Amino acid sequence: MSRKIVVPFGPQHPVLPEPIHLDLVLEDETVVDVIPSIGYVHRGLETLVAKREYTEYVYIAERTCGICSFIHGMTYCQGIEQIMDLEVPQRALYLRTIWSEYSRLHSHLLWLGLFADAMGFENLFMNAWRLREFVLDVLEETTGGRVIQGSCKVGGVRRDISNERLAIMAAELTQFEADLSDLSDVFLHDDSIQSRLVNVGTLSRTDAYDLGAVGPVARGSGVAIDLRKTGYAAYGDLRFEPITETSGDSYGRCAVRVRELFSSIDLIRQAIEKIPEGDIEVKVKGNPDGEYFSRSEQPRGELVHYLKGNGTKHLVRSRIRTPTLTNIPPLVKMLRGCELADVPVIVLSIDPCIGCAER
Amino acid sequence: MTYLKRSPWIVHYDASSCNGCDIEVLACLTPMYDVERFGIVNTGNPKHADIFVVTGSINEQNKAVVRNIYDQIPEPKVVVAVGICATSGGVFRECYNVSGGIDIIIPVDVYVLGCAARPESIIDGIVKSLVILEEKRSNMNSPDTLREPSKGGK
Repeated sequence: MSRKIVVPFGPQHPVLPEPIHLDLVLEDETVVDVIPSIGYVHRGLETLVAKREYTEYVYIAERTCGICSFIHGMTYCQGIEQIMDLEVPQRALYLRTIWSEYSRLHSHLLWLGLFADAMGFENLFMNAWRLREFVLDVLEETTGGRVIQGSCKVGGVRRDISNERLAIMAAELTQFEADLSDLSDVFLHDDSIQSRLVNVGTLSRTDAYDLGAVGPVARGSGVAIDLRKTGYAAYGDLRFEPITETSGDSYGRCAVRVRELFSSIDLIRQAIEKIPEGDIEVKVKGNPDGEYFSRSEQPRGELVHYLKGNGTKHLVRSRIRTPTLTNIPPLVKMLRGCELADVPVIVLSIDPCIGCAER
Repeated sequence: MTYLKRSPWIVHYDASSCNGCDIEVLACLTPMYDVERFGIVNTGNPKHADIFVVTGSINEQNKAVVRNIYDQIPEPKVVVAVGICATSGGVFRECYNVSGGIDIIIPVDVYVLGCAARPESIIDGIVKSLVILEEKRSNMNSPDTLREPSKGGK
């Protein structure tokens, strides 16, 4: 008979860039139960709507998370624009799409690096982050910020990208795509990586659906949900399919993200090809009165901003639901029955973003 | 200071940052900025570290964690507060769950500003902290000073 012991994991742990605490209940080397506890990064930024005007709150919304900052800002702006019935110029919508996809590239590359680090593959970590610097350079050049861009505003965007610059961006993507293929070959076909990932932390399709998994976690288990298909920003005009894998293990989730990198590159190319001329913002008059659920696809899954205004310059309520929070119950399910040595890889495989989840 | 005598190791903790500064701290370690050329390595174990890099602000939940990590780092040690949140709370200072900057819990030696702090300024801050680390070390070794552990903040 083995005895149950509890091993604390986090909040400060070498594989975790952010604090989350898991109590792992072990029987020998096998995890039999997991008790997550969060709250180390909670700031309470939703209440700031009472202290900032709705146009200023974009900056706070962006700082919900430093990785998908642009998409947070954009989702907030979309919500306000829907409440106020603003017609955002097409060019602004296309620019938002382009920046969203660059954000996705940088987020997925960041995750691939951290994931490689969790597996103990230091070299691959460095290579993923070396490629990521190219994406950050483009973001910095076009928006002015590396990780917090601040280029989205209610009614449009703050900066335009010239057509010459867009052409250069499209041309640069060719070399980037070639570099990325070399990197993705290692993630998808390397023996040592497969031995760490295949059949580790398997989540069945039914479980993924029942437990409310979103984003690459759901798509890795074969549930084809991708909020970009709802056609917000300029996604309605672009051709793409949600990327799914059927294995449901850590390798499946990794493969989804690797393939999404190429899908993002394709989306950026299409958007650059189709971007129309015109204004980049519309004048905003009055205050929001009404409520709206604004949804979008973050690199980690579905993001919801609930916004409610009462005709004053301060919103009454903002509620943010981030993908990591909904992916924690599936994570607990994956961890039950796994080996202790696989815990870091499985935790990383949902791409936890605690800064988002706790807000 | 023209050269480094030792290889200082850092331990990084995200207090309640939005991630922006955290990923920039990590970006410092990667090929573009590569602080390993200064011998700086990011370690997960506070007992191996010389420099404590904190991002984000203090709240009730992480107070004890920050204090605990700080206490585990052997003397001499320096603390670098990265980003405006770690300095004063930044844009979140009016939030109900933000008590303030890191210096309300532990003494801070170098403040790195920015939202998010750029890798260049983080490296600059770490290099500045190395000078302070050397000073603390020589003070420790001089025979006429008592070996007193660093006093905490409020």
